[in-house]
Amino acid sequence: MALYSKEFEVKARDFDSAGEVSSNLRAILKQLSLAPDIVRRSCIVCYEAEMNIIIHSYGGTIKIEIFEDRIRIIAEDTGPGIEDIELAMKEGYSTAPEEIREMGFGAGMGLPNIKANSDFMDIKSSKDGTVVVAEILF
Amino acid sequence: MLAVKLREIKEILEAQVLLGEEKLEEEVFTACGADLMSDVLASRDEKAVLLTGLTNVQVVRTAEVVGDIKCIIFVRGKSPGDDVLEQAKKAGLVVMKTKYPLYIACGLLYSNGLTCRSGEKNGALQ
Ligand SMILES: Nc1ncnc2c1ncn2[C@@H]1O[C@H](COP(=O)(O)OP(=O)(O)OP(=O)(O)O)[C@@H](O)[C@H]1O
Ligand SMILES: [Mg+2]
Repeated sequence: MALYSKEFEVKARDFDSAGEVSSNLRAILKQLSLAPDIVRRSCIVCYEAEMNIIIHSYGGTIKIEIFEDRIRIIAEDTGPGIEDIELAMKEGYSTAPEEIREMGFGAGMGLPNIKANSDFMDIKSSKDGTVVVAEILF
Repeated sequence: MLAVKLREIKEILEAQVLLGEEKLEEEVFTACGADLMSDVLASRDEKAVLLTGLTNVQVVRTAEVVGDIKCIIFVRGKSPGDDVLEQAKKAGLVVMKTKYPLYIACGLLYSNGLTCRSGEKNGALQ
């Protein structure tokens, strides 16, 4: 059973509120007096997942679940999905268009960053959407 | 370890302080330069100063996510909007702008002792 669970809506192309979920997460984790490294890694995972929903999807949600020994971040969206997950996981691979790069995104480092900062990561994707699950152990 | 005061950084870059004038006595050891925010998030090195040509609010959000960034320096004479400064103020950041382009601004700071890794202080490459 999760000790804490909360779901946030993330709208496609909503750059004004981009990063808010991870700001919220930081505040929650600080209250729990978790180690700075755990807070930092969780926030990076959350931020990258949030940005991917905003940039690449039709919109979705981020669910934060906190357990006794771990935090789980579930990012779920409604499509168009990732065609080749293995390719998408490669550092530097990005389909972000020029206008997105001008905003500072599209390095192709988001999914690799999620992997590097979590202890467990799973991606499932189809045309109907993508689910990224990542866990950080305490 | 070579500590550099934010005031010295201001002088080296002939920068204009847009926010946090009262914090210029604070010392930093590390810096990084990037225009793509995931690149900033990708390095696990400690970074206290972020130099960037990007001026949107994502820069501040990225700094908040990274956690250890104290100062943002906008390069090539670019000015951030009021929304960016407002967000930076909330985050307690020092903000400067310099006329130098990213490559030169980074080079100037690097040659004055600011490296990019907490484990590799000034002189480690000599
Ligand atoms: N939720 C998603 N829905 C659809 N495609 C996605 C999603 N997340 C990632 N992708 C695809 O995977 C690619 C790689 O994602 P990744 O986050 O690593 O890099 P990026 O978002 O392009 O750039 P960065 O994260 O460095 O700003 C994306 O360019 C996109 O094609
Ligand atoms: Mg991404």
